[in-house]
Amino acid sequence: MSQLQGAEHPTGLYELAILKFVRNRVAVVGLLCLALIVLAVLFADIVTPYDPIERNTPERNLGPSLAHPFGTDKLGRDIMSRVLYGGRVSLQVGFLSIALTTLVSVPLGLIGGFVGGLVDDFIMRVMDLILAFPGLILAIWLVSLLGSNMTNVIFAIAFFSLPTYARLIRGVTLSIREMEYVMAARSMGAGAPRIMFFHVLPGVLGPLIVLTTLGVSGAIVTGASLSFLGLGVSPPTPEWGAMLADGRNYMRTQWWIAVFPGITITLVVLILNIIGDALRDALDPNVRA
Amino acid sequence: MLWKALYLSKYILRRILIAFPLILGVTTVVFVMLRVALPGDPAKVMAGDRATPELIEQIRHNLGLDRPLFEQYLIFLRNFVQGDLGRSVKFREPVVRVIVKAFPFTAALTFLCVTIGTSLGLVIGVVTAVYQRTWIDNFGIVVAVLFYSIPTFWLGLMLILIFSVGLRILPVQGVGTWKHFVLPVATLGVGQSALIARLTRSSMIEVLSTDYVRTARAKGLAQRRVLIRHALQNTLIPVITVVGLSVGGLLGGAVITESIFHLPGVGSLAIDAISNRDYPMIQGAVILVAASFVFVNLLVDIIYAFVDPRIRYE
Repeated sequence: MSQLQGAEHPTGLYELAILKFVRNRVAVVGLLCLALIVLAVLFADIVTPYDPIERNTPERNLGPSLAHPFGTDKLGRDIMSRVLYGGRVSLQVGFLSIALTTLVSVPLGLIGGFVGGLVDDFIMRVMDLILAFPGLILAIWLVSLLGSNMTNVIFAIAFFSLPTYARLIRGVTLSIREMEYVMAARSMGAGAPRIMFFHVLPGVLGPLIVLTTLGVSGAIVTGASLSFLGLGVSPPTPEWGAMLADGRNYMRTQWWIAVFPGITITLVVLILNIIGDALRDALDPNVRA
Repeated sequence: MLWKALYLSKYILRRILIAFPLILGVTTVVFVMLRVALPGDPAKVMAGDRATPELIEQIRHNLGLDRPLFEQYLIFLRNFVQGDLGRSVKFREPVVRVIVKAFPFTAALTFLCVTIGTSLGLVIGVVTAVYQRTWIDNFGIVVAVLFYSIPTFWLGLMLILIFSVGLRILPVQGVGTWKHFVLPVATLGVGQSALIARLTRSSMIEVLSTDYVRTARAKGLAQRRVLIRHALQNTLIPVITVVGLSVGGLLGGAVITESIFHLPGVGSLAIDAISNRDYPMIQGAVILVAASFVFVNLLVDIIYAFVDPRIRYE
């Protein structure tokens, strides 16, 4: 059956989107680079021979060299190792917080948009309330109350991101709800959960993928910002924002401590934004392949 | 004319009426969070590890923590309406008085970034849209996505490294002259201009392909006139909304920027307050920043109604 459908509709929205995305060379190269970075971060213990936390006093404050491409810090720790191990924290914060937001906002948006009425009003007013706080300020407030650690950072980012996602999903749901194929499904006796899951959700997926891609890059920056302000993971655990906060004190003499973690964050965020833009173009039916 | 003005004032009134419950909600959330989310006894936490039982009791009494929760809430609201957000533990002064001293720095920083960043973004956006698919456009897109991606805190450090440590032409930190504002505004404004440039470009491209622009061109109007009279006005509509929302990001970014450049604004105050566990201070800063954000968006919605006549009939 699915094969038959595939043969009948060789240009479905998502198939076309993949085709368009693959033709975007910059985005494909970006995706490969991102995969490379993620692999290097995951297998940091194989990629780099140095320990990210242990002191190595004889080799302290060394500039970039072949042995230490990003240099070493005041305790003799290899900056590249710390960047790679630190990526575990930063990438986890980025991906997990957005995953959590998506998990909560999808049902909220679907139910709000599909059921409407008081339920919708209630959900949306709560979302408006969260939106009334500038995101980073809310995150700072939450983490300062709950305590500085990775779990709370993830929770705080997920919390303030919620309204953006719930609103988007609700908006798309509202427009899909009125479509003929939903009416057809309803007339055939499909219940609300079935319609939401099988007919509305696939339509929501496109814009959601774009938003989550851009969301992960935003979450990585927010996580690093919190650590930079002293509200993320505590030292000596390496984390990109915390490394920059440390490096700012040595900029006159050891510039590399602040430069390389920053380049890494910017690169990851840049790649995610490029991929997000490409996905948006690919999923937009008005943009031709 | 009169009924139009009437519609507009009705819209504005309704919009103002929405802002009030929102600010009430904001204060409620802040109140509940401080009481619920803070692990343990807030008085004990605020007093620190070496506090005497008397001090803890005193703080508890000052904060009204010895009363029932709902009564605490009502007192908190009454004080808030009277402009009283409690006393700062560190400064031993009313929170509002401390914040009022710091607020002008944050407001000036945010305002400069909104105006300069947005103007720059508009120009870049319009130019790249007009020269669509040329090298100017490609260059603009690359620069915009790059500037959009650089985190504020790193950009600030790099600007210090280049202009203060390297070239020695701008001061590293502090306040005093206009020169002290150049790097902070650049740090925060670059992202803003990139955001607005990207949005303006896509909005302008959409407008340029509409029938009325084609008509305007067909009747022989000069390019400049078509762009300014016909295209730009409609391009601005989505841009204005985003400018309002971006103020939230800028206020958050201001915290980081103030911390990097040691500016004595609300952000520095809040970060300081966190390390001092000065909860009334943090609470006051959060409420004030959120209230300004609500106010700015109210203002934006009102401007919006003047720019887009369609909004009045909704």
